[in-house]
Amino acid sequence: MPRIGAFICHCGLNIAATVDVERVAARARAIPGVVHAETYKYFCSQPGQEKIAEAIRSSRLDGVVVAACSPSMHEATFREAAALAGLNPYLVQIANIREQCSWVHSDRETATVKAAALVAAMVAKVRRDQPLEPIRLPVNPRALVIGGGVAGMQAAWDIAEAGHAVVVVEREPNLGGRMAQLSETFPTLDCASCILTPRTAEVARHPRIELLTWSEVREVSGYVGNFSVKIARRPAFVDWDRCIGCMLCQDKCPAPAPIAFEHGMGMGKAIGVSFPQAVPNRPVIRREYCRRFQGRKCQVCAKVCPVGAVDFEQAESCREEKVGAIVVATGFDVMPAAHFGEYGYGEYPDVIDSLAFERLNSSSGPTGGVIRRPSDGRIPREVVFIQCAGSRDPDRGKPYCSKICCMYTAKHAFLYRQKVPDGQAYVFYMDIRAGGKGYEEFVQRTVEQAGAMYLRGRVARVYPEDGRLLVEGVDTLAGTKVEVAADLVVLATAVLPREGARDLARTLKIAADEHGFYSEAHPKLRPVETMTRGIFLAGAAQAPRDIAETVAQASAAAAKALGLLTRGELAADPLVAEVDEARCSGCLVCRHVCPYQAIEPRELAARKVASVNPGLCQGCGACAAICRSGAMGLHGFSDKQVLAEVGAICL
Amino acid sequence: MTAQPRLVGFACRWCSYAGADLAGTSRLEYPASVHLIRVPCSGRVDPAFVIRAFQRGADGVLVAGCHPGDCHYASGNLFARRRFALVKRFLEYLGLEPERFRLEWISAAEGRRFAEVIREMTADLERLGPNRKLREDP
Repeated sequence: MPRIGAFICHCGLNIAATVDVERVAARARAIPGVVHAETYKYFCSQPGQEKIAEAIRSSRLDGVVVAACSPSMHEATFREAAALAGLNPYLVQIANIREQCSWVHSDRETATVKAAALVAAMVAKVRRDQPLEPIRLPVNPRALVIGGGVAGMQAAWDIAEAGHAVVVVEREPNLGGRMAQLSETFPTLDCASCILTPRTAEVARHPRIELLTWSEVREVSGYVGNFSVKIARRPAFVDWDRCIGCMLCQDKCPAPAPIAFEHGMGMGKAIGVSFPQAVPNRPVIRREYCRRFQGRKCQVCAKVCPVGAVDFEQAESCREEKVGAIVVATGFDVMPAAHFGEYGYGEYPDVIDSLAFERLNSSSGPTGGVIRRPSDGRIPREVVFIQCAGSRDPDRGKPYCSKICCMYTAKHAFLYRQKVPDGQAYVFYMDIRAGGKGYEEFVQRTVEQAGAMYLRGRVARVYPEDGRLLVEGVDTLAGTKVEVAADLVVLATAVLPREGARDLARTLKIAADEHGFYSEAHPKLRPVETMTRGIFLAGAAQAPRDIAETVAQASAAAAKALGLLTRGELAADPLVAEVDEARCSGCLVCRHVCPYQAIEPRELAARKVASVNPGLCQGCGACAAICRSGAMGLHGFSDKQVLAEVGAICL
Repeated sequence: MTAQPRLVGFACRWCSYAGADLAGTSRLEYPASVHLIRVPCSGRVDPAFVIRAFQRGADGVLVAGCHPGDCHYASGNLFARRRFALVKRFLEYLGLEPERFRLEWISAAEGRRFAEVIREMTADLERLGPNRKLREDP
């Protein structure tokens, strides 16, 4: 009989406060085959791991159960510790008595009994474990970055600079993302384009970066180190290889088109680029606004193009890229108008959101950087900024803080006063959250130098009167009602994941939270990894964050991706399926349910049996569940093991 | 501890087991009736596991996986859905109350939902009393 050791962790008081760990250890000792059981404050610590190693050696253990936190936390830790002590790491199992016991039950007696049962189940399981060796897999050294904003560009740049090829997929026709839409950045008031444009140019001409803009990821198959990605490129109706970027087509195009880049503040043309510094500097035709695609006779762009690059027949094209790692940097959207009826957003033209204000403020924007209100082009003398429009509002909006709004609103108020020295900015806020280097100081400058009036309280409604907008709110500090007649109202709308983020999560098989932000593998220790190995996160796709944090996280994601790409070979868990050839009837039902085409028939003497390619098998166990002769086994989750767990729990 | 029903849960490691962990990190209290068995995928769960649990005296069995379309292995939960639709009918045919067996989709973000399902099932099992139908004599 195998000699099992059970190690019951106190996890400080996280477990010990609710579970009587000594009793759990005593119950474990009573299980036949358990030759060692002890408790310790923190088994994950160095001395804790040393205790396990010592017991493995002195008690000659050939199976270890650690009753502690979830296996997603420290399974790897304890397997490594066991391996260092000479025990095969796959002879270690974790009983989850923290997340699934002490943290969710308060009655000490029932929690203790349940913890003991969970330990017994793992003892039953580990007893039926086999020593296994990790599977070696080749790693494709290329990377894919999804998203060409500041996060995606930083990640791509870092990976490329380290010597690896990178494919960048961007949905828009050009790089830049949200940051390209901004005027200045807080707290230094650097011009956003001045920082970003050199970076876009560098990324575009990097010899190891390939740009696929106006493109989307359609399908992802494979696994860490060996992903295969199908990328669709929408038709631009312009042959970009021929195009010389003169933009005569855009100048001469007679069809105006609202382009997303201007966020409702300005018009573009049906053919053209989003902004003059766009990289790649190549136009697309937006069919929904193009006269020719609307059935009219216009062909102006084709006629004026000096190189004959316009191609109305261009179709969607598809390509497949093989990569070893993927960085997801799809960024954010802001909450749409429909949510803000009481502020009249979407109804009154002079109620705009902050992204629109960025465009008004931008020297390359529709007003050339002069702040004019949309309705009549007048320069607003009084501007009301409303923070937390949709954020920190669990009932009607989002419960979370969008994090960047306090700072960009302070920036807006500051810049407004610079441009309109006799103007007055009012800021309605709930709290000012200015955690960051130089952030609080900047907010103070906005109050002191720019004279912005900060009013703590919410706005009840906004309505038009005599060509202005009356803003009714409360000042909760003064305990009074406040009414401001404003020329322009700017809403700091909640940050949301990009449209389509959930679909992409499905395509990539990564998790997203209830709001659609991508979930990191661990909030503290694995902040840029996903639960799917080989896929990493950067920027606001994971949670609202500012540019500085986004860039830092993008570099972190790049470093993690490089840690994988530079290895050449990868060790994968050997928890894969294996056929007992003596029992296999050769029916090959397993082959039909395998999502990875990992099962092939094999000739064996006079008959045919199933055979599993362990490099392709991902260990889902669909084959094991469907096998009628019980020949298909799954290492780590065999029928015998699961049934033994059932037996132990039901004892 | 005879008062507490015994609920055996098979939870896929990617979604439902992680959802149960989230219930833990969120400190959402639910009855200690449930004991989870971690499996790679709901498609790994052999009907024999469910039957065995009832035979060994489980009062209820839960199979929990990723929402359809979200399976880490693309299609495992779809096999589970078909398989357990049949198993459920079979168990009812044998005379087991329908509340004793549930197949649920619980994502890694749905800690609240996990706790809710356990509360509901436990309340149902308390109302039904012990499973005597399939239980083998001890």
